[in-house]
Amino acid sequence: MIETVLIYGLVNSVTLILTAIGFSLTFGLSGIANFSHGGLYILSGYSAWMMMHYIGLPFALAAVLTVIQVGILGGLIYRAVIMPVRGIVLSEVVATFAVGVAILEFFRWRGFVTYDFNLPLFIKGSIGIAGVFIDYQRLFIIGIGLMLAVILWFFTHHTRIGLALRGMAQDEYTALSLGIESDWAATLSMALGAALAAVAAIIILPLGIISINMGYDVLLLALAVTILGGLESTNGLIVGCFILGYARVITGTYLGPEWMEVIYLAAIVLVLVVKPSGLCGKSKELEERV
Amino acid sequence: MKKGYRKERLDRGIKARTDDIFAICSPREIAYIALPRFIVIGALLMFPLLAVLTGIYWQNVLIITCTIALLALSWDLLASAGLVSLGQALFFGAGAYVTGFLSHHYGWPPILSVPAATVTGALLCTMLLYPVLRLRGIYFGLITFAMPLLMMRIVEATKILGGTEGLSGLAPLPGMKVELYVIITVTLVCVFGFRRLIDTDYGLVLRAIRDNDRAVMAGGINIQWYKTQAVFIAALPATFAGAFLTHHYQFVGMPAFALEYSILPLTSVIIGGTGSFAGAMLGAFILVPLSEVLRAFGTLRVVIYCLILLVFAIGLPEGIFHYIQRKYYQFERLVPVEEIKK
Amino acid sequence: MSQDLILKVSNLAKNFGGVKAVNDVSFELQEGEALGVIGPNGSGKSTLINLITGFVKPSGGRIIYRGENITGLPPYKIVSLGIARSFQMAKPFYNIPVFKNLIIPLYSSRARKLKGGAYGDRDEAAIHFLEDVGFERDSQVPYKAAGALPHGYLKRLELARCLTLEPDLIILDELFSGMSMSEIASILPLLAKIREEGKTLIMVEHRLRELFRVVDKAIVLNFGGKIAEGTSGEVMDNEEVRKAYLGSEVLSGA
Repeated sequence: MIETVLIYGLVNSVTLILTAIGFSLTFGLSGIANFSHGGLYILSGYSAWMMMHYIGLPFALAAVLTVIQVGILGGLIYRAVIMPVRGIVLSEVVATFAVGVAILEFFRWRGFVTYDFNLPLFIKGSIGIAGVFIDYQRLFIIGIGLMLAVILWFFTHHTRIGLALRGMAQDEYTALSLGIESDWAATLSMALGAALAAVAAIIILPLGIISINMGYDVLLLALAVTILGGLESTNGLIVGCFILGYARVITGTYLGPEWMEVIYLAAIVLVLVVKPSGLCGKSKELEERV
Repeated sequence: MKKGYRKERLDRGIKARTDDIFAICSPREIAYIALPRFIVIGALLMFPLLAVLTGIYWQNVLIITCTIALLALSWDLLASAGLVSLGQALFFGAGAYVTGFLSHHYGWPPILSVPAATVTGALLCTMLLYPVLRLRGIYFGLITFAMPLLMMRIVEATKILGGTEGLSGLAPLPGMKVELYVIITVTLVCVFGFRRLIDTDYGLVLRAIRDNDRAVMAGGINIQWYKTQAVFIAALPATFAGAFLTHHYQFVGMPAFALEYSILPLTSVIIGGTGSFAGAMLGAFILVPLSEVLRAFGTLRVVIYCLILLVFAIGLPEGIFHYIQRKYYQFERLVPVEEIKK
Repeated sequence: MSQDLILKVSNLAKNFGGVKAVNDVSFELQEGEALGVIGPNGSGKSTLINLITGFVKPSGGRIIYRGENITGLPPYKIVSLGIARSFQMAKPFYNIPVFKNLIIPLYSSRARKLKGGAYGDRDEAAIHFLEDVGFERDSQVPYKAAGALPHGYLKRLELARCLTLEPDLIILDELFSGMSMSEIASILPLLAKIREEGKTLIMVEHRLRELFRVVDKAIVLNFGGKIAEGTSGEVMDNEEVRKAYLGSEVLSGA
């Protein structure tokens, strides 16, 4: 029992990290709450599916193409939709949300709602670890998820571009004076976030079928973990994912699956009451230095 | 345009619209200012009497329209205090479930349960949102977006309040005409009441919190407390809308927290224009009937909304109402261009 | 002038992350005195103000106002005790008329208490306070949108916003910054009048020459710590002060 909880808790947590990391990255780097995240996630799933079934590409190629294509789409969304309203937070959210919902509902309208839509597993089969059976795909998810988290941490902390982007998020004026162009940085952050959504979709979606409503769930999950961990904070995201991931599995195992979803709200409300800026959020007190 | 002429715009309303020196000069001026609102009030009050023309279908549409308008008004008041809500469904659902609970378990008649649900629901929402009022800007929005959806999950998971089945067979409202008049009156009272409220000194304080909260704090005002009041006042029309529609359908269930009760009011305000309340109402009166017309398109109509939303959010950020208002108060006339002598 | 202790700051400290923005600062202020706070950029002057007025919670130390511990109280409570502040960046409510800007402080619980529980005619009171800082009642200026005011008037509006609260202790954060010599010259009598009324004053300033025409003594901050305290002569002759200033910028006055 305890082994199951440990292993599936890890799977759950890493899945959450993968799901939310694109949203969190975009928000952390450019302050854009990309509400089309769920739409892009599902779009990636369908896009890979269409490439395989309409054009007949192998899955690996379709996956790579999808990531690139959705990444470019993310950048385009910034250029076409966000840039004209940049700085007006409400309009940013509304515009990206409109894009996301438009994508999802377009697919629903085109009839992408049956059980035919699923992606193949990367690796078939399963393995027993400490008496718990787990399929290779889930192990693969853990591997990719942790790898991505490390790569991103390295990218934002040790590469020139990453540092530039982070600088932008912290102090736009100084960054501007250092010759970092804000629109370029934001375009890149949107593209990266979108590409990460696509990566997540391509390795998580094979576990089940692709459904439209999952798009809304993904957005909600991404919001929930970022709120819990503290917006803008990468560490917070990971902490939030692990807390929610394990909390879900523990409640699911011991209390019954119907309580799994309740734990979100309970956790979030609790954190908000105690620390409104999230577990690792920078405190949003009115602080200023000289 | 005629050659040698240019277009000149004149603002004709200035004299009568000056904030404090409210000068009414002639019956014409009075009519000029008062007519638009009397046309709106008159048209709405006449609507229920024209049942022969409109039919029960459009009367139902009007009720939904007013519901969305109330949610949009609520949104606009919150936004006036700098609180951008992305989850009006929270208020709607709170009102709906409280009245459903009172009606189902205690058999309260709507005349008691609706007002009780309006106040209790608003109180509950205020308490729920109180801790996050300290957060500014997008943070409040993100949290309000997530809340109703999570509430839905809770109801689904814990099976309280009827779970996925909902509570059905609730007490009906006493007839269509009464229903229409109640909701129309409440909507009108809210529009004009809020417009007046925001112009008082109290409203000024709320708007000031939105513009520069530090200056307001330095002015010796407890902004947390004022924001709390704003949330409570703004929640009232929304919880009322939820409670009212619950009795209209005689049913309350998880759809009370559905995303559309968050999106439709927001879209209405964006189409109509923020800050004026009239814009919020106008937006709802465009959007909801339009969505009825588009019903044949199935889910494609949601795509169409989103495109409309994009066009307005990017192309006409001031909204239709402000645009019309500006045009209404302006003359255009051609004046000869003066020759520049060399 | 009475010699009662009005403000006592002891060992006040504030850390932002690892940075000590204010480090172990103590000073005392008598009723009716005027104190200048000077120091190079980034020396913690504004943070000190924010700490006293409750905009920033201190990491350590105590602030005693008239025998009452006000450390860490929220800003509105501190205002209601009679401490008002201005901001370095005067950001009025741009879209509303100038006099309506003063409605905000007039709506506070302090203003209501002073009026015996009633608010009275706030518009009239607002115009009255504007007159006090040199706006002309009969001109159009008080009725224009605040965003259209020139910089000098914005600063006067900031001052009026403080006075509206009828405070006993006024804290002015760089009132003179961005003002021309003539604008400063015209605002000096206002400050003199405030002092005559027995109000206590704390001024954060870069313009030292003008500052010392108003205040009796000053404290000097550098890297968050207090390095000197005394009258203008004492402060300016202090070796450490000269070093601090020459190290970062050219001494702008004295």
